[in-house]
Amino acid sequence: MSQYLWYALVGTGLFSIGLLGLILHRHLLRRMLALNVMSTGVFMIFVALANRNSALPDPVPLAMVLTGLVVSVSATALGLVLIEKVQRQHGTPVLPEDDA
Amino acid sequence: MVIERYRPFTVMVAVVVVTVSTLLLVWAIGSLPPESPGLSAQVSANLINSGVQAEVTAVLLNFRGYDTLLEVSVLLTALLGVWYLGPFHITSDTPVSGLVMDNMVRFLTPVMILVTGYVLWLGSHAAGGAFQAGALLAGAGVLVQVVRPEWLALRDSRTFRGLLIAGPAVFVLVAAGMMLLSGSMLEYPREHAGSLILLIEAASTLSIAAILTMLFTGGRPHPGAGN
Repeated sequence: MSQYLWYALVGTGLFSIGLLGLILHRHLLRRMLALNVMSTGVFMIFVALANRNSALPDPVPLAMVLTGLVVSVSATALGLVLIEKVQRQHGTPVLPEDDA
Repeated sequence: MVIERYRPFTVMVAVVVVTVSTLLLVWAIGSLPPESPGLSAQVSANLINSGVQAEVTAVLLNFRGYDTLLEVSVLLTALLGVWYLGPFHITSDTPVSGLVMDNMVRFLTPVMILVTGYVLWLGSHAAGGAFQAGALLAGAGVLVQVVRPEWLALRDSRTFRGLLIAGPAVFVLVAAGMMLLSGSMLEYPREHAGSLILLIEAASTLSIAAILTMLFTGGRPHPGAGN
């Protein structure tokens, strides 16, 4: 099995673990973590697929991952502040519609 | 305290959804050609016109400058969102102090600032550039903010707010200037491309670092402080 395929499959695994966590957990912090695991998986798949090349890796996906990393950090920060807001208003870090 | 309860139906749906999506992904990745140079050839061929020797930097700041401009704007927008939600809670009365932390920060902060400059410069010909440099500087900012909040009294000032928009502002100015001069946005003249990219990257580094440091506090500075 070629090396890129191995890394891409590990990335797929991370994506799936994250997706499972996102669906199963109701605690918003856990969901945020799950979302981050998912996006790490996507980045890994991207970087792996950029290496389907005997020479240097394709720089375009690498640049896109670099962009994505920074965006995901800022999105996480905004999400965490929103979670704190939910916690303050409802006393629990769970969305009201999930709180059955 | 939330105790996670998994309802059997949710678990069943989750397992089905995740299995299907995993299989689809594996199938999609497996069906890709094992050997594909992607856009490497085009990037290498045009590298000489980009003003830098590093391929990733050329893609980020020149070939796909739009993406990077919008990305810096996304960062700023996220910060505005965080500010809108309320004031921050970390105050100068709750520093994480101690001999080890104090000395580490005293030693590390100058080193991190130095390495930031180096990584920024490195971006012109190797792996490096505004985002890596900005992240490093933000790391220094977060450390200082936690251990010595009084060092960052600047944070509440208008100067600091200027720093937050420096990156997007320089980027937009360069883009608009190029549009006036050459008629197309974000297309640099070949002989000045290198310096323009360095200018944008330097401003973006400061803005990215400032924005990430502010995002870490999770709220807007106290109203009226430092004006």
